[in-house]
Amino acid sequence: MNIAVRCENLTKTYDTGEQKVTALNAVNLTINLGELMMLVGPSGCGKTTLISVIAGILDQDEGLCELFGENLLTMKSKEKLRFRAQQIGFVFQAFNLLPSLNAAENVSVPLIINGVKRDVAKRKAIEVLESVGLEDRWKSFPAQLSGGQQQRVAIARALVHSPRLIVCDEPTSALDHASGHNVMNLLKEVALHKDRALVIVSHDARIFSFADRIAEMDDGHIVNVR
Amino acid sequence: MNYIAIKMLMGDTGKYIGIVMGLTFASLIMTQQPAIFTGFIARSYSFITDLGLPDIWVMDTKVQYIDDVKPLQDTELYRVRGISGVEWAMPLYKGTLKARLADGTFQNCNVIGLDDTTLIGSPPVLLEGKLEDLRRSDGIIVDIDGATEKLAKPARVAGGKQIPLKVGDTLELNDKRAIVVGIAKVTRTFQSQPVIYTTYSRAISYAPPERKQLSFVLVKAKQGQDLHKLTQRIRANTGLAAYTRQEFMDLTFWYLMKNTGIPINFGVSVGLGFIVGAAIAGQTFYNFTLDNIRQFGVLKAMGASNWVLLRMILLQALVAGSIGYGMGVGLTALFGFAMRHSILAFKFPWQLLVFSGTGVSVICMFAAFISIIKVIRLEPAIVFKS
Ligand SMILES: Nc1ncnc2c1ncn2[C@@H]1O[C@H](COP(=O)(O)OP(=O)(O)OP(=O)(O)O)[C@@H](O)[C@H]1O
Ligand SMILES: [Mg+2]
Repeated sequence: MNIAVRCENLTKTYDTGEQKVTALNAVNLTINLGELMMLVGPSGCGKTTLISVIAGILDQDEGLCELFGENLLTMKSKEKLRFRAQQIGFVFQAFNLLPSLNAAENVSVPLIINGVKRDVAKRKAIEVLESVGLEDRWKSFPAQLSGGQQQRVAIARALVHSPRLIVCDEPTSALDHASGHNVMNLLKEVALHKDRALVIVSHDARIFSFADRIAEMDDGHIVNVR
Repeated sequence: MNYIAIKMLMGDTGKYIGIVMGLTFASLIMTQQPAIFTGFIARSYSFITDLGLPDIWVMDTKVQYIDDVKPLQDTELYRVRGISGVEWAMPLYKGTLKARLADGTFQNCNVIGLDDTTLIGSPPVLLEGKLEDLRRSDGIIVDIDGATEKLAKPARVAGGKQIPLKVGDTLELNDKRAIVVGIAKVTRTFQSQPVIYTTYSRAISYAPPERKQLSFVLVKAKQGQDLHKLTQRIRANTGLAAYTRQEFMDLTFWYLMKNTGIPINFGVSVGLGFIVGAAIAGQTFYNFTLDNIRQFGVLKAMGASNWVLLRMILLQALVAGSIGYGMGVGLTALFGFAMRHSILAFKFPWQLLVFSGTGVSVICMFAAFISIIKVIRLEPAIVFKS
């Protein structure tokens, strides 16, 4: 089986009390293993909502979302947490590193959540930092690193536990062109392999060329996949 | 995860200090104020505590506390001595007399008259002189705090240091000569007046002449006597009040609790300290969690369970609480140490540590609780919001 994510008729409505916003309106999407899928579209069209559902941190109202053949909606919350901890890596626009941990400690976090001992996790973290070109900065704290470097630490964190799906929300939009390019290269070269899928939400037309496929969204729908 | 929790807590030094200071303040107030309170209360019956030998105090039935002296007729002493189960009974004079100092000013003093032959009721510690010297004519023993403060002689040069009263110096008590033959260490009493010890007969000669002079009869029970039964027997035989030492302390303690504003004053300041401390510490800790909410969200998204996050927050509260408590109690102890020679009452029994420890725990648990609720309700999807 080489399907990583299968979404059918996904619907999600936010109800803030005063008004209801339909962020996802019958979304159908399939993402294959070994594929870098980019999700693009105007602001507010539902991109972040879609990857939140795919990553299992938000429940849909209707429709089906399967990850590697598993339906997260019907999982017990404990299994779901475990699944998330083992199978998914996150990269955020705002990096979201823990400011009081150094680079290696930050990268260790997913392993520690998975019950790996701290020193073992740290050794592995330094190894992965090496693969993103930051082996000599493993002691640095986030505040001592540039935006591009922080995002590379975040990518190392998303990779360290060898998840099968990596979700990235606007990974380059806080970065200048060169750093953004560097980050995308890393994601494509280091993060992507045949047993793993990448979903990247982006506004940034300059990085569209890195995608294997691009899904265009508008107003809660997927309007085109190319 | 414990390591991450601690790093999170201490990572931002400014905020960390804020939390710990809040808790330090709370524990300081919850320890120091009650310590002063306990000190005051203990002082109220320190005279009874200091007087270790007698088992039972006999006095007028209307006496409400130790300083409330209602004199008895001297003959009562012999009546008490005649009661079965009494090993010995000794007279004690306790009164307030005016001492005329070298510079002509007057000072109220607590005068204690001890049985002429046995000198029972003598001060617990003699720093200078001998107890037997009280038998020399006009001999008195003065307590060290009185000797160095209220009874001290004026400085030789204006503005200079006062000269403490020494062995060999003289005073006038009601126009009668008194010679200092010793200096004693006594536990400070409630009114912090100088304490003067002398023999019973001399104390009476100093005191203004009155029909009744005997303040208390101090009783030692025969070995194996049931003290309660003995007090009952004394009451029945003499019509006087008789209390064991502990009963007399309790009587004094409760009189002060009921008839003075002291407990309310301290209760209010301890209560306020608790509320202010809880507010400060709770607020800073909750703010700390709010500031880190995104970090908790990231951990949650990455698969950390509510249980793990709960433990992290509890650990953070525990660490901040222990350090704050330690510093608060430490500061209180330092305060007590710095004040050890001063007039301020201060007593730091272990029950107080339990009291303030419980207080700080309650504050921390409360702060952790509101933080935990926040984190458990947290939607991990917030991590994608920029
Ligand atoms: N927590 C929420 N509560 C209410 N409405 C929300 C919430 N999150 C998103 N929305 C609404 O849902 C719609 C889709 O939001 P979403 O964040 O998925 O868009 P997006 O495509 O990621 O936009 P952007 O490119 O600006 O990040 C928007 O109209 C947004 O206002
Ligand atoms: Mg978005």
